[in-house]
Amino acid sequence: MKLSPAIKTVAAASIALLALTSCAANEGGATTDEGEGSASSLSGTIVGVGASSMGAAQEAWAAGFQTANPDVTVNYDPQGSGAGRETFQAGGSDFAGSDRAFTAEEIAAGPFDGCAADSGILQLPLYVSPIAVIFNLDGIDNVNMDADTIAKVFRGEISNWNDPVIAGQNDGVELPDLAITPVHRSDESGTTENFVEYLVAAAGDVWTDEVSGDWPGALAGTGEAAQGTSGVVEAVTGGQGTIGYADASRAGDLGTIAVKVGEEYVPYSPEAAAAVVDASPLASETEDRTEGDLAIILDRSTEASGVYPIVLVAYSITCETFNDATQAELVKDYLTYVSSEQGQSDSQESAGNAPISSELRSKVDAALALIS
Amino acid sequence: MTSTVPRLQAKARLGDVLFSRTSLFAGGMILVTLAAVAAFLIVQSIPAFFASGDSASILREAGNFWAYVWPLIFGTIWAAVLSLVMALPLAIGIALFISHYAPRKLAATLGYVVDLLAAVPSVVYGLWGIGVLAPAVQPIYSWFVDNLGWIPLFAGPVSATGRTILTAAIVLAVMILPIITAMCREVFLQTPVLHEEAALALGATRWEVIKMAVLPFGRSGIVSASMLGLGRALGETMAVAMVLSASGIVTFQLLTSGNPSTIAANIALSFPEAYGTNVNVLIGTGLILFIVTFLVNALARYIVNRRAEFSGAN
Amino acid sequence: MAISVRPVSSGSALASGQLPRGTVWVVLVASLAVGLALFGLISAASGTEFNLVGAILVGLLLHLIVSTGITGAVEGRRQAMNQFMTNLVSGAFLLAMVPLISVSLTVILNGLARFDTEFFNSSMRNVTGEGGGALHAMVGTLLITLAATVISVPLGLFTSIYLVEYGRGRFAKMITFLVDVMTGIPSIVAGLFAYAVFALLLGPGVRMGIIGAISLSVLMIPVVVRSSEEMLRLVPNELREASYALGVPKWLTILKVVIPTAIAGITTGVMLAISRVIGETAPLLITAGFTASMNYNLFHDRMQSLPVYVYTQFANQGNPAFAFMERAWAAALVLIVIVMLLNLIARLVARYFSPKTGR
Repeated sequence: MKLSPAIKTVAAASIALLALTSCAANEGGATTDEGEGSASSLSGTIVGVGASSMGAAQEAWAAGFQTANPDVTVNYDPQGSGAGRETFQAGGSDFAGSDRAFTAEEIAAGPFDGCAADSGILQLPLYVSPIAVIFNLDGIDNVNMDADTIAKVFRGEISNWNDPVIAGQNDGVELPDLAITPVHRSDESGTTENFVEYLVAAAGDVWTDEVSGDWPGALAGTGEAAQGTSGVVEAVTGGQGTIGYADASRAGDLGTIAVKVGEEYVPYSPEAAAAVVDASPLASETEDRTEGDLAIILDRSTEASGVYPIVLVAYSITCETFNDATQAELVKDYLTYVSSEQGQSDSQESAGNAPISSELRSKVDAALALIS
Repeated sequence: MTSTVPRLQAKARLGDVLFSRTSLFAGGMILVTLAAVAAFLIVQSIPAFFASGDSASILREAGNFWAYVWPLIFGTIWAAVLSLVMALPLAIGIALFISHYAPRKLAATLGYVVDLLAAVPSVVYGLWGIGVLAPAVQPIYSWFVDNLGWIPLFAGPVSATGRTILTAAIVLAVMILPIITAMCREVFLQTPVLHEEAALALGATRWEVIKMAVLPFGRSGIVSASMLGLGRALGETMAVAMVLSASGIVTFQLLTSGNPSTIAANIALSFPEAYGTNVNVLIGTGLILFIVTFLVNALARYIVNRRAEFSGAN
Repeated sequence: MAISVRPVSSGSALASGQLPRGTVWVVLVASLAVGLALFGLISAASGTEFNLVGAILVGLLLHLIVSTGITGAVEGRRQAMNQFMTNLVSGAFLLAMVPLISVSLTVILNGLARFDTEFFNSSMRNVTGEGGGALHAMVGTLLITLAATVISVPLGLFTSIYLVEYGRGRFAKMITFLVDVMTGIPSIVAGLFAYAVFALLLGPGVRMGIIGAISLSVLMIPVVVRSSEEMLRLVPNELREASYALGVPKWLTILKVVIPTAIAGITTGVMLAISRVIGETAPLLITAGFTASMNYNLFHDRMQSLPVYVYTQFANQGNPAFAFMERAWAAALVLIVIVMLLNLIARLVARYFSPKTGR
């Protein structure tokens, strides 16, 4: 009975297992090389659950905050906006990340079990990201389209790239005789909701479906469906003549559509996206909202110059009054960092979002001061 | 003779009592767990059965729960049947190859290699499906639609990316293949050697030995194995969610962009954004999946039990 | 009774009516050559790309027909059937190798890019962009799967022992049926169930490694029960009866005779169950949650696991995107390697413990 090969294998496996139980090199307790700067005294765990659109940005913010405060752990669980709002309402998280703010009815209905009784909630628009309309055509990087054209393409009413409607807006670009395959999201998503909101606002007579996070059922058979931003990007990359919509930071090498705003065609860019947020009013101007509720009603039919109207605004939602004062302190510090210039530029590097403007920042700071 | 001989009773050994009680307890735990899961599903689904488009935004298009779940049931069964039809003959063939055709030394390694397929996580199958399989089969689909498009199964227009229900079924088939193969292989290896040698002694060819001695012996094992595989295919979530271009329509066309979705994939896609009654609707669809599996398994057990199979422990 | 005698051709009488050895291989090579030549001609004539897959398929089909035909002509109908089935069975094996090789190559080629020390000794804490590792996910997967195995294997094995050795009557039939039903629980429902139970006990929003382990064991138990039950049923009754005849109590018979005889199959079943659940993403996403930091405690706070790691690296890519994909593939490769090692250990255990049969 030859046991030696067996013993060798088992020994190798056990050594490997032992090696794995060692500590992570990047989490070593010895941070003696951070001599300069005051050692932070904050400690604890912050838990956030919510939209995966903010996933990369939250990772960057968590990393930045944890580096400055080594004893704090920030866990952001990118389970989705719905799950995030549900968990926050049930008291299972300190803050929620959501692709849309709570409506006034939802706030009135409550409950918000994680907050102190009679506490209001803060809804802070801290993640602004352009949604790019991406396509895959050999050798073509940019195509101009107005809102009506985009709507018709995604409804399947314009089905070929060299259709005269598209060609007419693109002088000098040779569009191939290729079928257009529109790609949409198969999962419910804030990106879809924002994209459809834009189409309803800017091309309302063509796009007659309701706004929702789900792609309209009547159009389900048109084109392909893919799961998640990654799925859409893979689907568009994998086909020829495909067109889809996704968070702009993931556009990569794919071609993108320049959208007609007013008289000119505007390609996406973080500045253009941030501009539309500033040009839009707060919900509290027309509805009955608490002081810290900075939900925004985006004006997507704007004609102002240099504005890119297809944008996703994700909110960080938290309590105004916490049950636990230390937790309130932690969340306040974390969100202060997130909304700061440093925080916004940290996430811009990793997630490609548009940093919030200084006017919005001052409103956010005022709201954060309410946390207790 | 009136005095009765005292009946001999076997001593109730402690080991026996402990062992049998533990086994009974384990069986009871299964019952309890399943009852708990069923209770959870039923309690959470009840609001869904009475929901309409107003109370649950997810039902806005369909109107009520049953109209919402019917295309999903169709898609689940269709995808699972397609994958089982592809996987079962292959699995039996591979198991036979490993147990009866391959050289002895090679057989163990080959078995190990096929078991590797079971080790691949479903996310990876999803990534492989979108990145490698779909682009590879798309030209084949094009060919089928162009040349055999008059058959309703292959009607066009063909999907541009190849992410159709057939591709998802192929991925599912590859996923359930190792499970069915592994069990079938073990079962075929357990065929009494005496039976095989008797057949050989009578001059049977290798295939006839298999047909006469191995396959009948392993029939219940094959059905068990395919039930395990089918269970996996019915409940597979991530791979189908990533690969399938799902549009919720009911169709038998295999090669187009519009495909029925499966219940599990639909839960995975809609759950993150679901809130309120929508969650109940999704759990309701989970309950339906549960019931569908129940019925399929009942059918299989019935088929197996119709002929009291001879097995080692009769 | 007229016996038709085949005329003896030249050569020894024993080998008459048989194809020369190696004929089938020659036919295989020839058919493939014909297939390649045919498609080569087609591509040369029409200017399209050379279709290798088509060539091989046509060659194999040709081989099937020709070898069966030749065998039928020389050796007889039964031998032809044998040859035909041999070809089909070998063909099935080759066909199964195609996706296996494709998947393995994809994972290996993509995963090797990050197979460095940093990947194996760091977590993702404070890492944005490049760098970082999956140690937290590896530790998490090992702990959670270990816990799930510790829960499911005893439960499953004892249940199958009950079903095979003790169970007669309605309770046993009901359990068999319910185990069948359990095989169909979608993984995400198992996760939701485990989460709901703990949310009832500990309040909403609770995420722990142990909840993940429980949801995985709900998925594992039916596989363990089914496969062990089959294996235990296949143990010949004669062995049990011989043991009873020697006065061995039932429980000792099961422990020392029945289980060792079936140990190879049982370990395969357990390995199948572990392989089934170690790659499950959806339930762990809901129950154990997502974290970027190390966590060694199953009973406290979120715990990362390899499949969740792979999925989140793919779904939430940041900048630069390729770094995230590389980490995802590397983690997938690590997962497969872990299962390979477990499989190997299981086979060694089976070979060491099982009685030597005639096979």
